[in-house]
Amino acid sequence: MSDPVLSVKDLKTHFFTRAGVVKAVDGISFDLAEGEIMGLVGESGSGKTVTGFSLLGLVDAPGRIVSGSVKLKGTELTTLSAAELRSLRGHDISMIFQDPIATLNPMLTIGQQMRMAIDAHERLGARAAEARAAELLTQVGIPSAKERLRAYPHEFSGGMRQRVAIAIALLHRPAVIVADEPTTALDVSIQAQILFQMRDLARETGTAMVWISHDLAVVSSLASKLAVMYAGRIVEQGPTATLLRDPRHPYTAGLIASLPAMAAPGTPLTQIPGTTPSLLSLPEGCPFAPRCDRATDTCKTDPDMTHQDNRGWRCFHPVTRTAEVPA
Amino acid sequence: MSSFLSIDNVSRLFGPNLTTGEKIAAKLGSKVETRSVRAVSDVSLSIRKGETLGLVGESGCGKSTLGRLIAGILPPTTGSVTIDGKPVMENGTKVTTRVQTVFQDPFASLDPRMKVGDTVAEGPIAHGLTTKGAAREYVAGWFERVGLDPVWADRYPHQFSGGQRQRIAIARALAMQPDVLICDEPVASLDVSIQAQIINLFLELTHDLELTCVFISHDLSVVQHVSDRVAVMYLGRIVELGPVAEVFGTPAHPYTSALFGSVPKLVLDADELVHFETIEGEVPSPLSPPSGCYYHPRCPLASEQCSAQQPATQPVAELRAVACHHFEKQLAKATA
Repeated sequence: MSDPVLSVKDLKTHFFTRAGVVKAVDGISFDLAEGEIMGLVGESGSGKTVTGFSLLGLVDAPGRIVSGSVKLKGTELTTLSAAELRSLRGHDISMIFQDPIATLNPMLTIGQQMRMAIDAHERLGARAAEARAAELLTQVGIPSAKERLRAYPHEFSGGMRQRVAIAIALLHRPAVIVADEPTTALDVSIQAQILFQMRDLARETGTAMVWISHDLAVVSSLASKLAVMYAGRIVEQGPTATLLRDPRHPYTAGLIASLPAMAAPGTPLTQIPGTTPSLLSLPEGCPFAPRCDRATDTCKTDPDMTHQDNRGWRCFHPVTRTAEVPA
Repeated sequence: MSSFLSIDNVSRLFGPNLTTGEKIAAKLGSKVETRSVRAVSDVSLSIRKGETLGLVGESGCGKSTLGRLIAGILPPTTGSVTIDGKPVMENGTKVTTRVQTVFQDPFASLDPRMKVGDTVAEGPIAHGLTTKGAAREYVAGWFERVGLDPVWADRYPHQFSGGQRQRIAIARALAMQPDVLICDEPVASLDVSIQAQIINLFLELTHDLELTCVFISHDLSVVQHVSDRVAVMYLGRIVELGPVAEVFGTPAHPYTSALFGSVPKLVLDADELVHFETIEGEVPSPLSPPSGCYYHPRCPLASEQCSAQQPATQPVAELRAVACHHFEKQLAKATA
């Protein structure tokens, strides 16, 4: 296997607030190969979005990357200056956000916005730039792209706006795209169209993706590997199918078991008791221990990542039984 | 089948809010947008006592509007809603407390400046279900019922997590001792691990209190789990209705089939290439819906008849109905 496009090692992003230090991302590591899609799954507050921001150097005060490394095609990103980062962002690594209404400028046409994104990294004539923009719009499934370049964001539906955002992210053929819940705000029929296209795009262009989502089903149909986050750390990672069929961490197992599809209609669902802990007052040791039915005294110390084959988990008492999976 | 909650030919139109100037301009023949949106179009349903009806569809299909019409929050333009033979609304005013609603966003639906105990007690006191003196105890009973500690009644909404807030919202609805509960996306804003807790609470309460429910959700797996029957809406019309297992198993309407096909499923085989049955195009604007069957521009089975004539709702099997000219073809496809 060739060198990874993106390599993250022991990344820590902390927020220094008046109430205390919030360890939003607390020591995560993963590698991403060319054209590979990794799903980053977790509940709200688990640190998945901050992870995405950290990769692009978008963390604002009071937050800051306190340690660890992010290597993009061999270049260390955490030590770059703001200007150097700016020349990388949008060119080598780009991001798609959840809400396309908030990310597109309502005062500018789609064409103007795409032109700005092109000009930021490349000198292209007006005609060439327009051709590139139209080509990308066509690629993400927007019909009559040339005419649509003159339209404003409000003239697009939610799904079409997200396609525009994706087209902008793809303009410079970045090596890595970080997608933060890009289909959460969309209807299922539109979501399916976009997921389908993103998978094809990744395969065609060789762009690697970090796909952030709270929805296991969405990620499972798209990503070849998964990382499950809880309270700022990756508690389990591995190939998607292996991890879903045979979860080791009790939290992963609980998440899968609590899906309505896993229980007969009308019967009670398996539930994970309690709520996600506040990052300001994390319990000592394993953060999942207070909600875990397998927890013992050992769990008062923090478990390290146990590696086996191509997967890993952070738990002293991993689940070993194979999860029941309906056909 | 005896009907407990009856919805008879209910329609709801939303017109533009015209200023006086625009109204005059329109009268004088200038171009002012006066078209109205038929958010809910001629919907009839009858729901048995104790039954849970799931209402599914994409955004803009009118499922929330229909929920509000049933709950008596919005008056229907035509048609009527009755519970046990008695109307929910008269002359545009809600006249019963027998139907209550749980909304999607527990951050928006609770008054941030009121103690949650007072929020829950407000309705029952106003309607004489309890007295000011007895309210504390009354509220405590409902708090326990939904899995909250009664001492939390003196706290404010911001002190609770999303899941706890949704429990408060459920307590508030149930404290009115309703017979009918409308749940509008009650778990959509919750995390997966909390979703299961609220769904379990919902199943337990509807069973114990013999509640009749309308459960609105875009999440098909949740609806499949909690409902007895399901109604699928598209652009304000109900296109298919029937028992959950049958509608999900063998969809009789091409839209139902395509909608189910679009839902991402847990994929457990690494080598398996997931096949999405994506629906072509997008939902048309309700301001200018297509002719005939609203779904025909996106439908793989569409024929000339579909663009010319709106399909009538017809029975498919016992308890099942569908509005499609070609449902037999679709059924044959689904069972094949």
